Amino acid sequence: MKLTLHIWRQKNASSAGKMVRYETDASEHMSFLEMLDVLNERLIAQGEEPVAFDHDCREGICGSCGFVINGVAHGPLPSTTVCQLHMRHFKDGDELYLEPWRAAAFPVIKDLVVDRSAFDRIIAAGGYISVSTGSAVDANALPVRKKDSDMAMDAAQCIGCGACVAACPNASASLFMSAKISHLGLLPQGQPERMERALNMVAAANEELFGSCTNIGECEAVCPKGIRLEFIARMNRDFLKASWTFRADRVEGD
Amino acid sequence: MSAAATALTGKSADRPGFWANPIGKKAVMAVTGFVLFGFVIGHMVGNLQVYLGPEKLDAYAEFLQKTKGLLWGARITLLTCVILHVTAAFQLAGLQNKARPQKYVKKTSAGSSYASRTMYWSGPILLAFIIYHLMHFTTGQAHPDFQPGMVYRNVVTGFQSVPASLAYIVAMLMLGTHLYHGIWSMFQSVGINHPKYTPLFKKLAAVMAAVLVGGNVSIPVAVMTGLIR
Repeated sequence: MKLTLHIWRQKNASSAGKMVRYETDASEHMSFLEMLDVLNERLIAQGEEPVAFDHDCREGICGSCGFVINGVAHGPLPSTTVCQLHMRHFKDGDELYLEPWRAAAFPVIKDLVVDRSAFDRIIAAGGYISVSTGSAVDANALPVRKKDSDMAMDAAQCIGCGACVAACPNASASLFMSAKISHLGLLPQGQPERMERALNMVAAANEELFGSCTNIGECEAVCPKGIRLEFIARMNRDFLKASWTFRADRVEGD
Repeated sequence: MSAAATALTGKSADRPGFWANPIGKKAVMAVTGFVLFGFVIGHMVGNLQVYLGPEKLDAYAEFLQKTKGLLWGARITLLTCVILHVTAAFQLAGLQNKARPQKYVKKTSAGSSYASRTMYWSGPILLAFIIYHLMHFTTGQAHPDFQPGMVYRNVVTGFQSVPASLAYIVAMLMLGTHLYHGIWSMFQSVGINHPKYTPLFKKLAAVMAAVLVGGNVSIPVAVMTGLIR
């Protein structure tokens, strides 16, 4: 199949980028990234700079890959990362626009690669639990309701790829944050930090200049792991409760 | 103190407060939106008395004017809600521009409703309409022949102007789209989303939006077709 690609080319973080047109051949058995690999082989042979894109496991579980294809994060197939998207979902003669995630919090490093370390800083602000050292606790010593563990596992599916931010008209990180807050907040191990977690992660996201959630659901539609808007409501609940009931830290000597 | 504990407690002093936070602002928009939604229903039910004839409608208007506590209580509550709702919307729109300075060359919507994507348009249009509406039927500057207290007559003469009627019809369609998203979205904003209830909220939103558009649009249409004269 013959394809026309319009790819965002940007030399580095400080240079201005532009869309560049490429013609390429692909087999329908290729994954989208393999199609780009073939294009890159040709570009390298021609002495041109290959198209930079993030990828690692190429089996849809690491969260490294992702860019916007024809205006949809991770492309047209629902619940799929771009590495698991195959060319059989496209047809001969298709014209495809490839762009990096666009958000102030995700600056472009090169071509389709963006810096997602803002997500790491949000996690560092509260996406963890405290576990005492020593021998591991018996697995069944702490009862967890089946429905809670199921929901926590649903939320834990989030691979932090950033598609939710890319798809959101407000460039909000709400779906990502809500997945982490729900995943930990649904389990007994996550209770001690639950309120501070909501406050601190939400505050960290504001500092990173992610936008606000307007409940429109673009994030849910593109999420390769099926994270639901319901988790954002859960985050809002935790945040509102924590915000209204917050007590200042007690300082020794007061 | 471990690094983890510092991260948890160290930020409490400089953490933005409720209003400074987008989630807090959205909660304020939800609550004020709920109040305004309630008002819009009451307003429509009151207006539909136009079909019961001039005596009924004028008597109802007179009752509202005489009950000063109710009148000013409602006016102050509504004005407060509008100010909070609009302020939060403007500030969040500003944040939106900062959060995505570089737009996509090509952007396709994957799963959102038209109504939800156009809240930043339907909102300001409704605000402009509210100002026009007040000048049209409350203070009278935008009305060709305003007679204080003669509500029924003002409605009929006001809507006999085709541009005025069209403006109302367009504004009510905007109200419909705004509420089609707003009525279920306000529950989400305050943290209520459940597989049992959210589908019902979405149905309620669609039904209420349709009822409000239908009820309100019927009045200028009835005047223009001569059903009310």
